[in-house]
Amino acid sequence: MKRHRATAAVLSVLSMGLGQLYNRQFGKGILFLCIQIASLIYLIPRAGHGLWGLITLGDQAQQRVKVGKITKVIQGDHSIYLLIDGIIIVLLILIVAGIYLANIYDAHRIGKVRDTGDKPNNIYQTYQFVTDRYFPHLLLSVPAIGVLFLTIMPILFTIMLAFTNYSSPGHIPPAKLVDWVGFQTFADLIKLKSWSGTFLGILKWTVIWAVVATFTTYFGGLLVALLIEQSGIRFKKMWRTVFILPYAIPQLISLLVMRNLFNGQFGPINQYLKAFGLGTLPWLTDPFWAKVTVIVVNMWVGIPVSMVLILGVLTSIPKDMYEAAEVDGATAFQKFRIITLPFILFSTAPILITQFAGNFNNFNVIFLLTGGAPVNGDYQYAGHTDLLVTWLYSLTLNFSQFNMASAIGIIIFIIVATFSIINYRRSRSFKEEDMIQ
Amino acid sequence: MRKRKGVLRLTISYIILIIIAICALYPALWVVLSSLRPGASLYSEHLWPDRFTLSHYKELFHNKQFQYGTWYLNTLKIATLTMIFSTILMTLSMYALSRFRFKGRQTTLTVMLVLGMFPSFMSLIAIYIFLLQLNLLDTHAAIILVYSAGSVLGGFLVKGFYDTVPRSLDEAARIDGANHMQIFVRIMLPLSRPVLTYIALTSFAGAWVDFIFARLVLRTKEKWTLAVGMWDMVNSFQNSNFTLFAAGAVLIAIPITILFIFLQNFLVQGLTSGASKG
Repeated sequence: MKRHRATAAVLSVLSMGLGQLYNRQFGKGILFLCIQIASLIYLIPRAGHGLWGLITLGDQAQQRVKVGKITKVIQGDHSIYLLIDGIIIVLLILIVAGIYLANIYDAHRIGKVRDTGDKPNNIYQTYQFVTDRYFPHLLLSVPAIGVLFLTIMPILFTIMLAFTNYSSPGHIPPAKLVDWVGFQTFADLIKLKSWSGTFLGILKWTVIWAVVATFTTYFGGLLVALLIEQSGIRFKKMWRTVFILPYAIPQLISLLVMRNLFNGQFGPINQYLKAFGLGTLPWLTDPFWAKVTVIVVNMWVGIPVSMVLILGVLTSIPKDMYEAAEVDGATAFQKFRIITLPFILFSTAPILITQFAGNFNNFNVIFLLTGGAPVNGDYQYAGHTDLLVTWLYSLTLNFSQFNMASAIGIIIFIIVATFSIINYRRSRSFKEEDMIQ
Repeated sequence: MRKRKGVLRLTISYIILIIIAICALYPALWVVLSSLRPGASLYSEHLWPDRFTLSHYKELFHNKQFQYGTWYLNTLKIATLTMIFSTILMTLSMYALSRFRFKGRQTTLTVMLVLGMFPSFMSLIAIYIFLLQLNLLDTHAAIILVYSAGSVLGGFLVKGFYDTVPRSLDEAARIDGANHMQIFVRIMLPLSRPVLTYIALTSFAGAWVDFIFARLVLRTKEKWTLAVGMWDMVNSFQNSNFTLFAAGAVLIAIPITILFIFLQNFLVQGLTSGASKG
């Protein structure tokens, strides 16, 4: 009685779709066969070369050969294209392997249905079955492919770069080859004085920045929210709209405008200082003042978000708590300290961590406002206000230090992941979503 | 005594609120007024110009060096399509992740979280080469594809929303014979209008102002978006022609700012639910 399931499975192992054809599911079988033929046609000529490229990163750089009087360029291997092709080939092989396994499983399952004497589904029933049982998988398949090739593949590629010597000036294809170097990049980052000094200096400023930026925007937002929500303040909606404006203006614009506002020579801020008889300040050109400026500007950008969040919490505090406190004779300040503040802190604690992680990687404010400047002579390719993430950006796009940039990216990831894991473990939507229903 | 204290408190509060309001509004006001000021310099005697002119706005559209009109249309097209695609992708995938229990669901969620923790610039180079090999560089399709595919990872807000919709709703519809797609379209979509508005708005705004991926992918001037053109203008002109920059800045900011202000209730809802749901 077990004949069908075994035969179908074996046939499907031999070739995708054969088991389905044996099970008399012709549509499905032909579909599987087509997938198999297409993937074989695509993969067979490419797989070997792809894997070879991934392992060796090429063995022949571009060469210039003198033939008589003209130099001829002989194209060699482009290590980076080989790397990316290799990753794509591996991903494709994994996908095909997945389909292959599903095909065997399916043949076996339908064989089992036939063994019990039932008829296998026809093509319409199959369609019904799939859209019912595998509905979530169908919905997720399209975004999954996008994410696989536009997020996962690039990240894999960049992680791998950290283990190569892909950097200017010595190892830039096509003129030169790139090689695997193991943990050499990380060792350089720690051991070489120039790199480690820059890294530690920037890391220190990044942490200070993230802490200060998170707290200033949080407590600024708290202050504004409390001011608006006070009893007796009128036009609450208008105030909220006014204070939300900095959030509504795209950061690209507001920060570039700020850069001009704080311009040391002609900017209006310094003009006002002069008009009041005060000295001008080197807002963006002095290392210390540049740091002050980015924090102040970040408050302008970030306070609206905190304000909105805290206003939301404030309205959700049960009114009877205040009434009870009033009966007990609490003063306004006591009510704030004992009810309002703990309530807000408790419900916004997760946001603080998210905002900290966001500020840690706050690219816009630094990049658009100072671009990392003023330049620090002791640093490798970085300035006084550079964060790790802006340093990563300029190492990649301006200085072609790709391997170092990838190593830094991995370190940023580890730091941010540590914070996020703490946060998400407590988060309801990730863990206990079934509780609500 | 008590009453006087209250008045004092309110007066101080109003003064602080007005000071903060001035700080919040000043940069916007300054750039709008600068864009209407004759001349080109950053420096001006007064905040309020002596004379108003629209010449900088005209120059943006008539000077051959900028193709502001083309860039505006490009940006509008890219932002609108990105908004449509990423909203659809995000809603469908987050609906699936929130509503259904299937093998690999927890893994998918974890992978999404982990991917979101990598700095997005880490993928710049690989995406560039990938698009180069697919011959998609310098096309709008590529940039829309990159934005839409990337948006899915930010969909936890939508998932959080669907998590709160009572399950009894779909069970009742199931009993009445509706299939999954009908439940989604007839019941879930109408319910999720606020959260959809929020993600549509943010993805539109994101595509509108992005200059990093756009600058990398769009190589020729006719294909540029506003943000790329703006960035180019800043790097080449900012100090010599500030008022022109101001005019360009105002034109880029206005649509987004107006949308945000008018839909601020959705923003507030989105921000608050995003925060408490993680």
